[in-house]
Amino acid sequence: MTVKSKRIPALQGGKSIKPGGIYWMRYVIPALLFYVIFMAYPMLDSIRLSLYEGTAGTREFVGFANYVRLFTDEVVSKRFWNAFGNNWIFFAYHMILQNALGILFAAILTNRTMRGRKFYQTLIFIPCTVAVLVTGYLFKIMMNPQWSKAPLESVGLGFLVHSPLGWLGDHGTALSAVSLVSVWQWVGIPTMMFVAAFQSIDDDLLEAASIEGASPWQQFIRIRVPLIIPVIGMVAILTFVANFNAFDVVFAMETPEGAPDYATDLIGTLFYRYGVAGQHPVGIPEPGLGSAISTTIFAMLLCGVIPVLVKTQGKE
Amino acid sequence: MTVKKAAGEKKTRSLRIMNMHIPYHIVMILWSFISIFPLFFLVINTFKVKKEIYINFFGLPQKWTLENYTSLMGNSDFFGYFRNSFLVVVVSLFMILFVGSLCAYALAHWHTKTSRGVYYFFVIGMMLPIKIATIRLLQIMKALNTLNTLFCLFPVYIAMGLPTAIFILTEFIHGLPRELYEAGYMDGASRFRIWYRIVIPLIRPALATVAIYNLVPIWNDLWFPLIFITKESSKTVLLAVTRLQGQYTTDWPKLLTVLTLSSLPVIALYLAMSQSFIKGLTAGAVKG
Repeated sequence: MTVKSKRIPALQGGKSIKPGGIYWMRYVIPALLFYVIFMAYPMLDSIRLSLYEGTAGTREFVGFANYVRLFTDEVVSKRFWNAFGNNWIFFAYHMILQNALGILFAAILTNRTMRGRKFYQTLIFIPCTVAVLVTGYLFKIMMNPQWSKAPLESVGLGFLVHSPLGWLGDHGTALSAVSLVSVWQWVGIPTMMFVAAFQSIDDDLLEAASIEGASPWQQFIRIRVPLIIPVIGMVAILTFVANFNAFDVVFAMETPEGAPDYATDLIGTLFYRYGVAGQHPVGIPEPGLGSAISTTIFAMLLCGVIPVLVKTQGKE
Repeated sequence: MTVKKAAGEKKTRSLRIMNMHIPYHIVMILWSFISIFPLFFLVINTFKVKKEIYINFFGLPQKWTLENYTSLMGNSDFFGYFRNSFLVVVVSLFMILFVGSLCAYALAHWHTKTSRGVYYFFVIGMMLPIKIATIRLLQIMKALNTLNTLFCLFPVYIAMGLPTAIFILTEFIHGLPRELYEAGYMDGASRFRIWYRIVIPLIRPALATVAIYNLVPIWNDLWFPLIFITKESSKTVLLAVTRLQGQYTTDWPKLLTVLTLSSLPVIALYLAMSQSFIKGLTAGAVKG
């Protein structure tokens, strides 16, 4: 992979050796068609759609009315700002806890003299290969006091049960419970990214530092972490993007309504209800309002991703 | 002299103990346990009779039974759900690798402003979740009359997989020594022939990375089937599972059995090739 391509001067310049754009377009167009028709166009066209109201037959242009509703309407905006706030809490759990655990595990797993590193890596990555629905249902059962109270108390772990409502039924703890399950499941991804990053650090650098008398902790804070800042930035971006993608975990552990009483409602579930499934009890989706939500997500992603990209990846 | 030797021995011994990294092992053992215990409960509960699961979820089965599995075997619907999930993964992966590697081959050899533009246009897609296009996609699928068939899932997953595929494959082809195909070209082979006779075999490791990167999210996806498919015969496994969870009564042993059967193939594949999996699933963030 690192072999540098060597160009042979004699072979360059010949017209047939370097075919032009029209020739290469034949190779690019199939991929471009799929990408444009089923991803780029629908994403951008959602912006236009957010300026309309009603469904296919009765669509009419309403300007920014959907956004006004989303941000200020008594009913809708209450739901939106609630989900928006919840999403930040959900994000904070991942950004702080998941990535801190990831760095910790990666630092341990890149210790050259430690045995069994591959074994641990394999085990802690297993949850990342399982569907969110699977882990979600499992934790839902395990957190249900009806199922877990008696068995856990009998082994002295009664404090793990939150009776009588359960962690998922209590308005105050539901969002944390859902977030922690998601952190638990995905911690393997940042871990492995940090492992790859730590492994790419030049050994001579650390050796020199240790000869100079730097303690392992100093080496970690002063050398290893600063050197992987581009990867930390990338992990932060991926965490931020995944945050708005979250839907399955709430769907599996709670309901698409973000039970109890919207405590676990995220932008993903809100988007699903307003834009796709329709609000209970009416059940008629509002594509315009839904598109306004997705356009808002789009804007937030751009605002969040671009500065981090520029800040952390610029040096390359 | 002897004192010095003894001190040296003591030092190597303490060094050896230090090199055992006991606190590290404690942390890793603890987290490994936390990582897999829920899956342990998942599997053992599929061997319990229906009533036992409610009173003894955390224990080993008092009476082991294969009833949950045999009752699923007799249910032809479930074969259909698994076949659908399998088809969706295979067709989408094949198309991602096919059109993705064609495009990457071109982008790695064609150096103009246009090609750089096309490349970045694809790469931006890595940062944007396709979910935000859902509403428009739903309308497109309705217009194409593919809702409730697997044909509404294929293109979405292909489009979703292409940005990363093109990113990884273009970088990889860039790194190949040029002589390899220029020799082929001198022999009079066409570009297309070079692509499938020389480039494809050379980029196999990168193709594997791309395949794994997409395999898990497609197999585990719930969002698009949930929105696009209501017809029984087109459901994927995970979508079918959500319907097993009723408002008042849920047949938990059956549900857990289906979940086990849907997770085991991926976990088995993962255990068989864990290093490529880890590389594949974290690809895209770390170059190369």
